[in-house]
Amino acid sequence: MTADVTVHLAALALGDDALVLSHRLGEWVGHAPVLEEEVALANIALDLLGQARVLLSLVGDEDELAYLREERAFRNLQLVEQPNGDFAHTIARQLYFSTYQHLLYAELAAGHGPFAPLAGKAVKEVAYHRDHAEQWTLRLGDGTDVGHERMARACEALWRFTGEMFQPVEGLDVDPERLQEAWLDSVGDVLRRATLTVPEGPRSGAWAAGAGRQGLHTEPFGPMLAEMQHLHRSHPGASW
Amino acid sequence: MTNTDWPLWEVFVRSRRGLSHTHAGSLHAPDAELALRNARDLYTRRGEGVSIWVIPSSAITASSPDEKDPFFEPAADKPYRHPTFYEIPEGVKHL
Amino acid sequence: MATAAAHHTAQQTGPQAYGAQSGVPDTACGTDDTAAYQRAFDAAVAADERVEPRDWMPDAYRATLVRQIAQHAHSEIIGMQPEANWITRAPSLRRKAILMAKVQDEAGHGLYLYSAAETLGTSREDLLDKLHTGRQKYSSIFNYPTLTWADVGAIGWLVDGAAITNQVPLCRCSYGPYARAMVRVCKEESFHQRQGYELLLALSRGTPEQHAMAQDAVDRWWWPSLMMFGPPDDESAHSAQSMAWKIKRHSNDELRQRFVDICVPQAESLGLTLPDPDLKWNEERGHHDFGAIDWTEFWEVLKGNGPCNEQRMTQRRRAHDEGAWVRESAAAYAAKRNDEAGAGRG
Repeated sequence: MTADVTVHLAALALGDDALVLSHRLGEWVGHAPVLEEEVALANIALDLLGQARVLLSLVGDEDELAYLREERAFRNLQLVEQPNGDFAHTIARQLYFSTYQHLLYAELAAGHGPFAPLAGKAVKEVAYHRDHAEQWTLRLGDGTDVGHERMARACEALWRFTGEMFQPVEGLDVDPERLQEAWLDSVGDVLRRATLTVPEGPRSGAWAAGAGRQGLHTEPFGPMLAEMQHLHRSHPGASW
Repeated sequence: MTNTDWPLWEVFVRSRRGLSHTHAGSLHAPDAELALRNARDLYTRRGEGVSIWVIPSSAITASSPDEKDPFFEPAADKPYRHPTFYEIPEGVKHL
Repeated sequence: MATAAAHHTAQQTGPQAYGAQSGVPDTACGTDDTAAYQRAFDAAVAADERVEPRDWMPDAYRATLVRQIAQHAHSEIIGMQPEANWITRAPSLRRKAILMAKVQDEAGHGLYLYSAAETLGTSREDLLDKLHTGRQKYSSIFNYPTLTWADVGAIGWLVDGAAITNQVPLCRCSYGPYARAMVRVCKEESFHQRQGYELLLALSRGTPEQHAMAQDAVDRWWWPSLMMFGPPDDESAHSAQSMAWKIKRHSNDELRQRFVDICVPQAESLGLTLPDPDLKWNEERGHHDFGAIDWTEFWEVLKGNGPCNEQRMTQRRRAHDEGAWVRESAAAYAAKRNDEAGAGRG
């Protein structure tokens, strides 16, 4: 593959991650557990949407890519498409993803590849997302019994989507193994400080065909895309 | 305070280097760390600040003006009488 | 003790936390003092000074402010719902970012306003409880549904436009914390109305279907927007007193007229029609005449019979109830850290 093609593939993967997670966080608007969190979650969603727009624009027209691709053409991780669930599930998803994204962007920002400029800006945003997730993991895990139980369940439920983050992605000049080690250290440390245990189950599904990076998604993703795309698709060629 | 009722914090923002922190408003948070983060999200989401302080409202001791002073003190210490005291949004007419 | 002196005693109260329960001095101060306070208050308000939280103020002034600021805060929070309804369906990423930022601002504005209300001696918890139990109201406009994407534009142009017309004078409201909150709100809202207008303009100049969508939205939102200024002056319960206190600076009808005059040329530029056959320029008055408002609908929606009253309150209560365990857990975490710190010192 030419360099351009691999850059496109990587940009799609990272762009779709940001796009889809931003969408999920946008579903929280008006439903957050406290008003201050309305503002915080929307901030994170807006950061991610901004990243998605830059990344998708590297590949083509951002709206064509977001609104006119079929499910199988999306390259995002299955983790980010998982439904919000309760606040604990959202925080567990944020913890897993933002830790990965922060480690990844820090490395990309330090390099000289095509993603260095974007990563240089995004890494600051993502550092904050990671901090937000860690702070809340501590407060839910080490707060009340109910909080602990819900957070433990959420960490457990999403654990099986975490292995996919460390598959090699063509066009991304990082060492997934090293990334994974750092991720396990960091997430393990946060969970322990939150009096939670690191889940022991498998970190990826048994389906040999692959997962999100191969365009294979989980069932909740289809309805999410249908909702996201329906208005745009109902008016072909219209501008907004 | 009920167990879901988070305490009130006062937020002070330094809008840029060289200026002191000024009172921006208040918010609720369960503890100082989250208060700082909430303050960042709420009071600086348009880049209004370079540094934030949060202080539990209950920790502030205020001056105790004379019992009957509120409207009798000299006008000189009422800068808010002067229109320039107020920050008016750009483009707002008839003010 | 509920004396005036209590307001002026530095107890464990921060700048936002004063408002004692009652502003009326008890007998220890004597009625002469009350009269003196009242005279001073009246004179200060007449001189366009700002009233600050630690100042003596009449109970009725305090109660009026709490009611108005709370209703304003509740409106921001409930007002997130009709627009959030379209975040997940926004037809372009640019529009999605704008909409999300706008709805986020509304949460922020609610927070500024709850803070302002708290300086009067109430608490957010209490205000939310009053909202959830229907003892305090929010603006009736948010009891109308957003049926199409164009409604997002109509809300920005008309609803935010009406709100801004109402709010700009509030930046000079006699109560300092409210006025300051409004300065911040008005500054941030400057983009809200513009994005709505721009959204409608894109639709109006778009495909015939898009144009029709825009016209339909304006048809549905125009009259409810005019109702946002409240009942006519001769039927408005609180207006006269609020004007005297300089909480309110202009009458309902005055502001409504101002809004109509502003909107007519804007609608023309949009290429959309305002749904009022009686709308026309009156040379003599120097204003637009407009048709009769259906006040029956206004009072009915206010009473709870609007298309979305039930839905809005259900969602608000559910978000609050479902979030209780989160708030509790965070409070418990903070308490544990405090205990540890205490044990460390001991």
